[in-house]
Amino acid sequence: MHELSIVLSIVDIATAEMEKAGGQSILEIELDMGCLSSIEMNAFEFAWMQGIKETALEHVVKKVNRIEGRARCLDCSNGFALQHFYDACPACGSHRMDILQGKELSVKTMVLSQAAPSP
Amino acid sequence: MCATCGCDAETTVTMHEPGAHMHDHSHHEHTHNHDSSASKVLSVEKDILQENNLLAQRNRGFFEGRNILSFNLVSSPGSGKTSLLEHTLTALKGEMEFAVIEGDQQTTNDADRIHATGTKVVQINTGKGCHLDAHMVLHAVQNMQLKQNSVLFIENVGNLVCPSMFDLGEKERVVIISVTEGDDKPLKYPDMFHTATVCIINKMDLLPYVPIDLEKLKTNALHINPSLKIFTLSCTSGEGMQQWLQWLRARVHEAVTI
Repeated sequence: MHELSIVLSIVDIATAEMEKAGGQSILEIELDMGCLSSIEMNAFEFAWMQGIKETALEHVVKKVNRIEGRARCLDCSNGFALQHFYDACPACGSHRMDILQGKELSVKTMVLSQAAPSP
Repeated sequence: MCATCGCDAETTVTMHEPGAHMHDHSHHEHTHNHDSSASKVLSVEKDILQENNLLAQRNRGFFEGRNILSFNLVSSPGSGKTSLLEHTLTALKGEMEFAVIEGDQQTTNDADRIHATGTKVVQINTGKGCHLDAHMVLHAVQNMQLKQNSVLFIENVGNLVCPSMFDLGEKERVVIISVTEGDDKPLKYPDMFHTATVCIINKMDLLPYVPIDLEKLKTNALHINPSLKIFTLSCTSGEGMQQWLQWLRARVHEAVTI
């Protein structure tokens, strides 16, 4: 259940960023979560509902970008989509590869509600 | 496409807690009612695991500065992490300086077993936590006064899933699997095998009694991680232990000469 740790880290990052930018609350949050990033989405959604309670993210609209895995074969340089770590290069069958994307796990953007205009 | 978050009609992953949102916000029709003077888009671009990763790098720097070779031992519960440690510590006693950090949800049973070998050990109890993180290791290390040129084993919580995401600052990540667990284990828990540097296949003395294809197990692990260094051994019979110990000696020597 590491997904709860992930949610709590998101809450920490979002709260710190909101305070730094002088926002009053967070309206939207956009997350990059690669398909190879060890996150089980059902567990994540469950942890999210629990983890954001009474935090700055409690009323937020969440958008998750699921980024598909892509790799380049180290033997034949073929670029291909990677669903699983055990997938082989479809061109030459090699398992030696450089993973180009799909492991992302980051807070990309947030929409903040600004503080009341200063007089 | 929505100007603020870039979503489109095909994207249905947005979640909204019913009744909690205070302004009119029909996300997929994109009729946002944010008052542009009152809201602002912030580019954050921060790794969610950055706090753990920064602390892990701090640990790593500390280990490297003192020439401490650090291992993170991971496996499912009961694969033989503590047994492997007991046998390793006993066999190499006097040859090199060891310290151990034990991670379990509860009890000091494992630390007691390590303590019995005469090795310095600290137990971390994670309570309900399912993995060790770099922060826990940082505090454990602060109380240990680790010696220069020593070897640190960190035995993670028995769990083949969660610890894979958390860098502790270790030099080598050793995944242990026993032959009773089945040859498809690497396929079922790929993240751990993908992030490990060494794989130890334990309980080889039980091989004649279990329906497992050892070569298939190795192939599966290597398909996920072609650079994995694999050892097959039995803590009970001692079979294969010499190869592991020899590799460990060489690894320590390498660390000293770098």
